Amino acid sequence: MQTDPAQTLAPPMLELSKVVKSFGPVVALRSGSLRLEQGSIHALVGENGAGKSTLVKIVAGLYRRDGGDLRLRGEEVDFTSTAQSKAAGIAVIYQEPTLFPDLTVTENIFMGRQPTGRFGRIDRKAMRHEAEALFQRLGVRIDPERPAEGLSIADQQVIEIAKAVSLDARVLIMDEPTAALSGVEVDRLFAVARSLRDEGRALLFISHRFDEIFALCDTVTVMRDGAYVATTPIADTTVDELVRQMVGRDVTELFPKTEAEIGEPLLEVEGLTRTGVFHDISFSVRAGEIVGLAGLVGAGRSEVARAVFGVDPYESGTVRLNGRTLPRRRPDTAIRAGLALVPEDRRKQGLVLESSVAQNIALVIRNELAKAGLITTGMENRAAKVWASRLEVKTNALSTVAGTLSGGNQQKVVLGKWLATEPTVLIIDEPTRGIDVGTKAEVHRLLSELAGRGMGILMISSELPEVLGMADRVLVMREGRITAEIDRSDATSENVMFAATHADGAHA
Amino acid sequence: MTATTTSSAVARTYRDYDRPLWQRILLTREAAIIGLLVIVAVVASVSVRGFGQPITLTYLLLDVMPILLIALPMTLIMITGEIDLSVASIVGLSSVLTGVLTQAGLPFEVAAVVALIAGAVCGAVNGFLVTVVGLPSLAVTIGTLALFRGLAVGLLGTTAITDFPDFWTDLAKMRVGGSNIPLVLFLFLALLVVFTVLLHFTPFGRGIYAIGLSKSAAHFSGVHVERTKMILFVLSGLVAALAGIFYTLRFGSARGDNATGLELQVIAAVVLGGVSVFGGRGAIHGVIAGVLLIGVLASALRLANVTSDVINIITGALLVLSVVTNSFLAWLRTRRRAPGGKPRVEASTAG
Repeated sequence: MQTDPAQTLAPPMLELSKVVKSFGPVVALRSGSLRLEQGSIHALVGENGAGKSTLVKIVAGLYRRDGGDLRLRGEEVDFTSTAQSKAAGIAVIYQEPTLFPDLTVTENIFMGRQPTGRFGRIDRKAMRHEAEALFQRLGVRIDPERPAEGLSIADQQVIEIAKAVSLDARVLIMDEPTAALSGVEVDRLFAVARSLRDEGRALLFISHRFDEIFALCDTVTVMRDGAYVATTPIADTTVDELVRQMVGRDVTELFPKTEAEIGEPLLEVEGLTRTGVFHDISFSVRAGEIVGLAGLVGAGRSEVARAVFGVDPYESGTVRLNGRTLPRRRPDTAIRAGLALVPEDRRKQGLVLESSVAQNIALVIRNELAKAGLITTGMENRAAKVWASRLEVKTNALSTVAGTLSGGNQQKVVLGKWLATEPTVLIIDEPTRGIDVGTKAEVHRLLSELAGRGMGILMISSELPEVLGMADRVLVMREGRITAEIDRSDATSENVMFAATHADGAHA
Repeated sequence: MTATTTSSAVARTYRDYDRPLWQRILLTREAAIIGLLVIVAVVASVSVRGFGQPITLTYLLLDVMPILLIALPMTLIMITGEIDLSVASIVGLSSVLTGVLTQAGLPFEVAAVVALIAGAVCGAVNGFLVTVVGLPSLAVTIGTLALFRGLAVGLLGTTAITDFPDFWTDLAKMRVGGSNIPLVLFLFLALLVVFTVLLHFTPFGRGIYAIGLSKSAAHFSGVHVERTKMILFVLSGLVAALAGIFYTLRFGSARGDNATGLELQVIAAVVLGGVSVFGGRGAIHGVIAGVLLIGVLASALRLANVTSDVINIITGALLVLSVVTNSFLAWLRTRRRAPGGKPRVEASTAG
């Protein structure tokens, strides 16, 4: 799709055409095609389950393809291990890097290939100098001598990138790198990515965030249902066009919050404080209302939600639900009183990944399901069936292990598990993080419907369009404090962002 | 995933299971251990002289009784991902307490109740250090293993107390009617029912599995992680003390070094029975089969005049083999299906 004749002459850095991969009878990738040019940042988009991860894993050497071509600089390659893929100059940076927490940044970069001096001793000095040079080249400031423990995810990603650069990787694949980053961190990551592009490397950027794709990438490839759909220069396409290609239809309304009767306050939080985490947090959520809680990553939003729900402690303040004061640190009491929390980390906090869909949905209501103190799998299945079908969880059997579902379906299971408790107030932390456009719309429709039936909803979200589209009222947090409360009619991305980044946000 | 647009109008139906019933019953680790137990028992009755005699069953059951008893709470503890290594020392301590208090003139029944309470307190100490102080149970119970054993030996020295009421010592060895079934088996069966129901048919049991698979997801789902563990450690101490009283009566002897090393046999049997050392997996029937398998094997080999060193080697090898087979089978399954399972779902939900 590149029109520059000089580039069409040289073989592309990495080319996949009609790659097929199936697992048993199940076809994960029907026809995957992708063409990465050097000195270019290429976006790969598609709904969850479109086959992006499978394609990346084939390039990374984790899976072997069943058919199709995989060419590196025009030469046919076939990776049977990740080591081969690495040696060929391909580096994959995952959303959550896995560093050795007790080793220093430098040691992590050079793990397994430390420069050695006399008698095979590790040459720490050379190693540190090289790490410093790498960081300078990437234009970031990280102390190479500090331990990896406690580094932000953004810094950990930069270290993975530094590692890739020191290995002279020519192809860098970033799988949803920005999902857990704040605005400033995203900007820095993009600066690094651009400098790598200008060095002539080929970058593949996988993301669900269109604004980032349009800000960073040169070309975009869309996949759907395990197959290639289209590749277009970024300048020649629009968000609407991409969404149409991804879902095969028009998505007219992504954020359909409908008008609902606003009733009595259900959840009232007053003066909630936890030293160093959040301070003097007061707000209320009324029946039929969706309250958006916006702010940068690290502003303390999730921490407030967890404290209100009772899984985290707080030092002072009160939480009242339906007029009753909830005790501290008692999630079970909060649940019985009618509070539900769909947590931020679906895989660690939301689900027991290795349990079945049925067991997950029935976990919170296990005491209510039991008859005379006894519970059977049959009871769990009956309850799970109701919620799985109401939320249209895509699986054949209730015994399917939750961890094998796609992100969107996992989120539906978490929602089902909490809606089964019939809560009066639902706190939902990043309702649509890492889930595809189609399911996203379903989740939004569901939240709107729940509010319409009189539920109070506190929605934490880092996606501004989501907050602006869904919330009746927007609370903005910055560094552990609520800096603004903006009504739906007045909320704009500008005033919410301003409150999230400026101390005197209330006057925005 | 475009099913959202194409099939949302069609109501989805869900099967309860993705595998047929026979597979869910037979293709399990528990079924494999039960099968192995049957094979070993049949082969032993045929080929080992004397093993087929009814009296063998009596001694076999009496021998494995302390392990059977302690394995019940140990299964629950290990499914939460914790471990209790102090059980054999609690057996010793309870034995000594029963002996010393009886010798001091207390009625045996009172002494036994005091020993049971002491066992529960020992369990509570473990539970306190694990749940309130937040130390790893492996370290805590290695410490209390030494502590409780030290107390037991300190109380009685190296002597033994052998004077117990005949009624109770006879009861411990008594058989039902003219059969070869020891009476104490019914005590075990009662506890078996209690622990099976607790683990497999109560909300509390559902919490135990959830804790073992994901502590934080359990916490976020309103499961009392710490309280559950505390209860299990107390139960473990209590049952270990009960086993200690039985042990004392059966051999008519209270000694500080009674049942030394028993904890390893219990844990070996529990792991052999299919309980994961990482928590979250396992079932009571597998554990019972595991205990009996080790018991039958040891008893048959002893009758065949195999020395105890060799018996240890064989049971040890069996344990290692079972753990290796388990990981090997798991590895095979993930290879046969989609690695990580995800692509399988991607495609199966794509249409």
